[in-house]
Amino acid sequence: MSDRARDPPPERTDFEELEDADDLFPEPAATEESGPASLTAEDISTNSNGPKQDSQFDEDPEDLFAEATEEVSLDSPERDVLLSDGPSPAITPITPPTSVITPCLGHDDMFTHSSFDEIEEEEGGDLFDMHIAVSDPEKVGDGMNAYMAYKVTTKTPMSMFKRGEFSVKRRFSDFLGLHSKLASKYLHIGYIVPPAPEKSIVGMTKVKVGKEDQSSNEFVEKRRSALERYLMRTVKHPVLRKDPDVMQFLESSDLPRAVNTQALSSAGLLRMVNKAADAVNKMTIKMNESDAWFEEKQQHFENLDVQLRKLHASVESLVCHRKELSVNTAQFAKSAAMLGNSEDHTALSRALSQLAEVEEKIDQLHQDQANADFYLFSELLGDYVRLITAVKGVFDHRMKTWQKWQDSQMLLQKKREAEAKLQFTNKPDKLQQAKDEIKEEIEELDAKVQQGERDFEQISKTIRKEVSRFEKERVKDFKTIIIKYLESLVQTQQQMIKYWEAFLPEARAIS
Amino acid sequence: MMQEGLDDGPDFLSEEERGPRAVNVDLQTDATLQVDISDALSERDKVKFTVHTKSTLPNFKQNEFSVVRQHEEFIWLHDSFVENEEYAGYIIPPAPPRPDFDASREKLQKLGEGEGSMTKEEFTKMKQELEAEYLAIFKKTVAMHEVFLCRVAAHPVLRKDLNFHVFLEYNQDLSVRGKNKKEKLEDFFKNVVKSADGVLVGGVKDVDDFFEHEKTFLLEYHNRVKDASAKCDRMIRSHKSASDDINRIASSLYTLGTQDSTDLCKFFLKVSELFEKTRKIEARVAADEDLKLADLLKYYLRESQAAKDLLYRRSRALVDYENANKALDKARAKNRDVLQAETSQQLSCHKFEKISESAKQELIDFKTRRVSAFRKNLVELAELELKHAKGNLQLLQSCVGILKGNT
Repeated sequence: MSDRARDPPPERTDFEELEDADDLFPEPAATEESGPASLTAEDISTNSNGPKQDSQFDEDPEDLFAEATEEVSLDSPERDVLLSDGPSPAITPITPPTSVITPCLGHDDMFTHSSFDEIEEEEGGDLFDMHIAVSDPEKVGDGMNAYMAYKVTTKTPMSMFKRGEFSVKRRFSDFLGLHSKLASKYLHIGYIVPPAPEKSIVGMTKVKVGKEDQSSNEFVEKRRSALERYLMRTVKHPVLRKDPDVMQFLESSDLPRAVNTQALSSAGLLRMVNKAADAVNKMTIKMNESDAWFEEKQQHFENLDVQLRKLHASVESLVCHRKELSVNTAQFAKSAAMLGNSEDHTALSRALSQLAEVEEKIDQLHQDQANADFYLFSELLGDYVRLITAVKGVFDHRMKTWQKWQDSQMLLQKKREAEAKLQFTNKPDKLQQAKDEIKEEIEELDAKVQQGERDFEQISKTIRKEVSRFEKERVKDFKTIIIKYLESLVQTQQQMIKYWEAFLPEARAIS
Repeated sequence: MMQEGLDDGPDFLSEEERGPRAVNVDLQTDATLQVDISDALSERDKVKFTVHTKSTLPNFKQNEFSVVRQHEEFIWLHDSFVENEEYAGYIIPPAPPRPDFDASREKLQKLGEGEGSMTKEEFTKMKQELEAEYLAIFKKTVAMHEVFLCRVAAHPVLRKDLNFHVFLEYNQDLSVRGKNKKEKLEDFFKNVVKSADGVLVGGVKDVDDFFEHEKTFLLEYHNRVKDASAKCDRMIRSHKSASDDINRIASSLYTLGTQDSTDLCKFFLKVSELFEKTRKIEARVAADEDLKLADLLKYYLRESQAAKDLLYRRSRALVDYENANKALDKARAKNRDVLQAETSQQLSCHKFEKISESAKQELIDFKTRRVSAFRKNLVELAELELKHAKGNLQLLQSCVGILKGNT
């Protein structure tokens, strides 16, 4: 289709623009690429020799324009759906690239908020309209081998998929497997991969044992909701959503079972050992931070982590107390009803019964509010605490990359010294051979050092973009969800008013 | 340390709270005898109440005077009523519960210990909270002691009691020490005997329908009020806990707001402010529920017990009367000590009838008072709940409006 080969550069450097343009103009060429290979460090780095963003930027807008016009002329069925549905989304994205170019030429500032805000405002809203729902949890099997299967439904106008809407059945370990694959592919090059929901041996055991009670139902619902949020976050990421593993996860009816996700498997143990080793390494790496931005951001995320955890703990406590309040109100309602029954003054008796009814309704109100407290506020905070761990991990990978680069540099230095020393040996016949050997090694190491430097530059660049995107998402998420939460509080109060207004005349009627 | 701070002299009880604070009872106050607690002082382990009396009765030396009394003296007065045979036919106003600041003091102590682990703002806020709580408990205990006195003053017979007048007027210490261990043990046994006796006596079916009905009613009612009171307390405690959580959430959001470098900083600050305000309202809701509902139930728990005690005394008198009748019959049959038996029988008859007569009126009054108090409190409860919910709603809606407008 597009014989203008999709060079890797446009995909990753024009991260910001493509974020929007991409969503509406899924490059058909995506399917032509060799899977994630196009996004791995090697390919990316071949085109970014040092921080030459200006030049790259200059050539990219052209690509964007070109691809835009090309997409519009295509007439695959998905695109028809796209074009006929939306309000001519085909046209709008053409403008953003122009606005992006002007303020950002030759500046690292292109990663600051202002330019992003401009892009977003130009778009006039979220053009990302892929939607994933996780639903219909179903218990499969019996006893300790049982598991819950969830239906994952994807609705997307993008042409990357065969259909616009489809579902598959997945189990929890499938999700973990997906995350594991994405993490191994993208974390070490600086992409913030959303973490998967946590395992819970206790929760799952209860479900397996087959108790169809409220707590296991709540557990399943909690997990279902978490899985849905996980997938949505993953596909919101412009790079991850195009990953073939993700697409396979969403689309294919058969998925190879992810066996290395069990906590007690050998892979699990290996993971734990690696984590410990990483922690030790982190402590020993003393990095010469030349870029204040990274130091500042790391500090920012540290602080955010601490505060979010604190807030999360308080909200969890609130959920707990509100549930308690609901239970206690229900009990009081019953007690008040009994009191009303034994009261022998008719009007007072009736009023007490009414009070009991009001309190019963209020207890349901508290229960609903506790759910909102949890699913909206508490889970938002929990998700972000985990996300920030991923962000911190990405910064750590940068440090490791730096370390690797430094290590190769040191090694190169040593070899060079050895080469110089060679000049002074007195075994002439061996000399030439040794010299050649060393020259070879030096060449290799030199390449490695250059690669190391490129890797470091690349991961630094990626992290800047990722952090920018992350912060934008964070602002959006918090604003949207907290407003939703406040609206739930509004509703509760409105109901409360209704109930008490109904009761007041009853109380007044006592004579 | 906290206690000294509350020795706030006369300013402590604000003007609007002077006068009978009869929250749980609807009392007729007339000019001939008006009693109230005009001031209170909280010291290390005791509370000193200033009992203020205004009276036109000739019994008193002055028309207006005050004395300082402690909780033990109130108990002494109450017990003297209970032990007085003349008052057997009346519902003795229930004694006020002992002032209990232990829980509040414990919390303040914990706060002091944990001072290092929280920010200065948080500490100040929590301290204010606990001080407010202490104050609320204080006001409640004052109110309950006052209600006791007002009930006595309003009762046509009890108000004339000599001990009561001494209590009101004698401006020295009444030298009423609290019961020592031996006396407390005696009381305990007395209660055991009484309840056992009560069961026996209560089993006797009454010929009088009115009293039979009252007996059944009071027994059941008392138990249910007890249950309702306990459940109400639990409910209010959860409410307070939730409100404390919101307080912490508001603080955390504030810190987040000051730290954040994105758009969210203003957002967080606004939400933090909102939660601060809604939390105050939630705390008020819990306090009002406590006052209007929990206190009401607790009071009628005590009153219904006092009514039960009255019925017990009447049953006791009835049994005595019947026994005296039997004794008389026996004496007549044997023709021995007839006069003695006759006098004895007449006395018990008279006692029983006197008790029955006044008991009937007392129980009817009890019902009237109860209905009236419940009505007043339930109406006020509903009005306050509405007021707070509306306040909350307005805060929430305006904040949501602002936040939505800014995004």
